[in-house]
Amino acid sequence: MENKEAQWSIEVENLEKRYGSFIAVDKISFRVKKGEIFGLLGANGAGKTTTLRMLCGLLAPTAGIALIDGTGVSQNPESVRFKIGYMSQHFSLYEDLTIWENFRFYGGIYGMKLSEIKGKFNELSYRLNMSDQAQRLTRELPVGWKQKLAFMVASFHNPSVVFLDEPTSGVDPLVRRQFWDLIYEAVLKDTTIIITTHYLDEAMYCDRLAIMDQGKISAYGTPNEILSHYKASSMHEVFLKIAGKEDILA
Amino acid sequence: MISLQGISKIFGAITALDNISFEINKGEIFGLIGPDGSGKSTLLRILATLLRPSAGHAKIGKYDVEVDYKAIRKIIGYMPGQFSLYPDLSVEENLNFFAHIFGTRLEENYFLLRDIFTYLEPFRKRRASHLSGGMKQKLALSCALIHRPTILLLDEPTTGIDPVSRAEFLMLLKNLKKHEITILISTPYMDEASACDRIALFKNGKLLGVDTPGGFREAYKRTLYSIRGIRPARLLPELRTLPSHCWVYASGNEVKVSTPNPNEIYILREMLDRSTIKQNYQIHVIEPDIEDCFIARMKDTYGE
Repeated sequence: MENKEAQWSIEVENLEKRYGSFIAVDKISFRVKKGEIFGLLGANGAGKTTTLRMLCGLLAPTAGIALIDGTGVSQNPESVRFKIGYMSQHFSLYEDLTIWENFRFYGGIYGMKLSEIKGKFNELSYRLNMSDQAQRLTRELPVGWKQKLAFMVASFHNPSVVFLDEPTSGVDPLVRRQFWDLIYEAVLKDTTIIITTHYLDEAMYCDRLAIMDQGKISAYGTPNEILSHYKASSMHEVFLKIAGKEDILA
Repeated sequence: MISLQGISKIFGAITALDNISFEINKGEIFGLIGPDGSGKSTLLRILATLLRPSAGHAKIGKYDVEVDYKAIRKIIGYMPGQFSLYPDLSVEENLNFFAHIFGTRLEENYFLLRDIFTYLEPFRKRRASHLSGGMKQKLALSCALIHRPTILLLDEPTTGIDPVSRAEFLMLLKNLKKHEITILISTPYMDEASACDRIALFKNGKLLGVDTPGGFREAYKRTLYSIRGIRPARLLPELRTLPSHCWVYASGNEVKVSTPNPNEIYILREMLDRSTIKQNYQIHVIEPDIEDCFIARMKDTYGE
């Protein structure tokens, strides 16, 4: 039998963030399995970003625990930092650097040795058939390529968890599909993916979801479980029901 | 109401719009749908008389966008992609300011704004910069409507706002239809097609087609299967061994297989039954959604 800690990539218990009398995140609990694609959804101000920042060790919780691979985030923020990767909704690579320079820069930030960066980069660019592109400036690349590269950079140091913030908003459906192929490749290698988004079609790609509303988790489960719990035909409908705005559906 | 004939726009080496022609009817909600960089904003700016086309003609009613720009500016309401109201003015001050510029008063066309104003009312003294994204968009819509335009040009009004506010915004647009306002709305979100009477699909400055959402679905010439019950991450690599005329991709928690030959379901079933993934699955023929149609048109146009 595997030991229990190995099974969970993320464990959050009674996590809370208060700003004075305002409770941004209200004692939430959830767990994410290794290799799972987990979606954290909610309207603006529901507490998604605050939760994400606490999970990344950028913000200290006022109560509760968050563990990544069994390590306490607030106890060991430095060691947690090496276990995670982050890709923002806005293209986060340096446009004025070449592809190779971006990998070298981010690899360095995550504490990789230059020889390691070189080796992994060569392997990656060979596999993606882009060895001749390594010296191209990032800004010259098509949008779809940038999106894929940003994910590769975020997962280059083999993090056990990659956080994606609205990863596919504004890209065409084919690019989006290619992007998901990369994510699927990563989860088959047991990388855990956390997606924060308020675009509901992205939610349907997740294995499980937590929907946040006013700092609390108001729905938690697989997309199908949530749909049947709310007797809804789409995630869109679930959102309107949680917000008490079902009249819009009429 | 709006007619485009061979509109192109070239910025240096980039062709932002490539020979675009179509018509928009009076009183329609017409969606310009496409990813970032597909030319939607450029087209709206040409219609708003803020950019001149490099080639072609565009008319709004009887007015030409290049010749009669002054007349056009009086009959359009334009909501740019960037929030462009005064952040330091309150909701009420912004409304009064825009009313004044257009030589009208808030009360005069209040019937148009009534629905939207019920949302804004509690915040009328609040500065625009302190509104939520959804409220900002509602205020911007109010300011674009204040002079009772016959045409609304809305550039990505729902981008970046939360799902509930998006739904509210689209509902408000539907309610405007009874006032016979023609609405042109751009969006990168394909699921918003259902809020439109007709849509135009754009990619890299090219028009992939114009039709009703239902028309696009009917024109889909392939058979589309949905396979549920097996995690797409596991199923996709297996199905990629299908012949290349079968398009295989994930869509949410299902995997879709699109094929020109309906008989291929037998190959597909056999493949799934032989598979090492011993899991129950369900396979169904499904109707394509707008993303599926977009993919098919893209492959037709670009031969990918």
